[in-house]
Amino acid sequence: MYKIAVMGDMDSVLGFKALGLEVCPVSTPEEGHEALHRMARENYAIIYMTEQLAVKLSADIARYKDALSPAIILIPGKEGPLGIGMSNVKTAVERAVGADIL
Amino acid sequence: MPSTTINPTRMELTRLKGRLKTAQRGHKLLKDKRDELMKQFMDVVRENRALRRRVEEGLMRAHGSFTVAAALMSPEMLEQSLLYPKQSVELEMSFQNIMSVDVPRYRFRTHSQERGEVYPYGFAQTSGELDDAVDAMSQVLQDMLRLAEVEKTSQLLAEEIEKTRRRVNALEYVKIPEMQENIKYITMKLDENERANTIRLMKVKDMILKEAIQDKREADAKAIQTFGGEDDAPTAT
Repeated sequence: MYKIAVMGDMDSVLGFKALGLEVCPVSTPEEGHEALHRMARENYAIIYMTEQLAVKLSADIARYKDALSPAIILIPGKEGPLGIGMSNVKTAVERAVGADIL
Repeated sequence: MPSTTINPTRMELTRLKGRLKTAQRGHKLLKDKRDELMKQFMDVVRENRALRRRVEEGLMRAHGSFTVAAALMSPEMLEQSLLYPKQSVELEMSFQNIMSVDVPRYRFRTHSQERGEVYPYGFAQTSGELDDAVDAMSQVLQDMLRLAEVEKTSQLLAEEIEKTRRRVNALEYVKIPEMQENIKYITMKLDENERANTIRLMKVKDMILKEAIQDKREADAKAIQTFGGEDDAPTAT
């Protein structure tokens, strides 16, 4: 049994609670840092994180990038997408191919 | 330029030739692996982009409704309405092996107390926008889980491709040419040694012959001096 968590500011993540996902409202980067590492140690397979929070935690996210679990997936927060999720896809292509071919 | 530490010996040559053969086979295998990984990766990345676009759109719609709901309801009321979900999500994770890369596969089940019922609140004190928001989110949930799987897969594949690509390039442009260079150096050195040896033998033979002739002449001269006169024997000059 694995768990799914959603991290981000209160207003962005509250809605996920209704779907039965675990919600972790975070207001400061330090809080996020702590919560992220705690969840990675525990049984969380997927962590959804708002892009707004991910900007501040990019170093922590990079640590889990090549690990099998957890998968940290960026989702747009309530302010709208920042394009980081999309640019991550682009980075992955660049990393693999050596150039952006899409 | 061959590295300075190699010994130009036959044993070293045999060893290097063996290594070169292994390196070439490894290079071919790694190249095949890279090509196949790349093929898989391109499929995954295309799906990733499409899914991400869909999820982002869906979530923005949900957030839009949610913001309106939050404006219409008091924050306490909103939180209270969503506090006890009716539905729970169970996630199972298995692994799939793509070209020796383990990637996660998620299977999830949603448990609902009442079938088809995701709203964890009564309708009396909540706004209709909240229904829309929850609805939009539950629709996008399926795509979000698929996105998690696909995005993680693409990240892991990208890492593996990068590693494989480096190895292929290192073999192709550094290791194999270096070994070929070394082999060439050793063969040439050995050939040179052989030629030097032949020449030395020829020289030694010459010297020995010269010495023998000299000895012979000296012996002849001595014999003439001892036994013959000047008139009955030809002079040596």
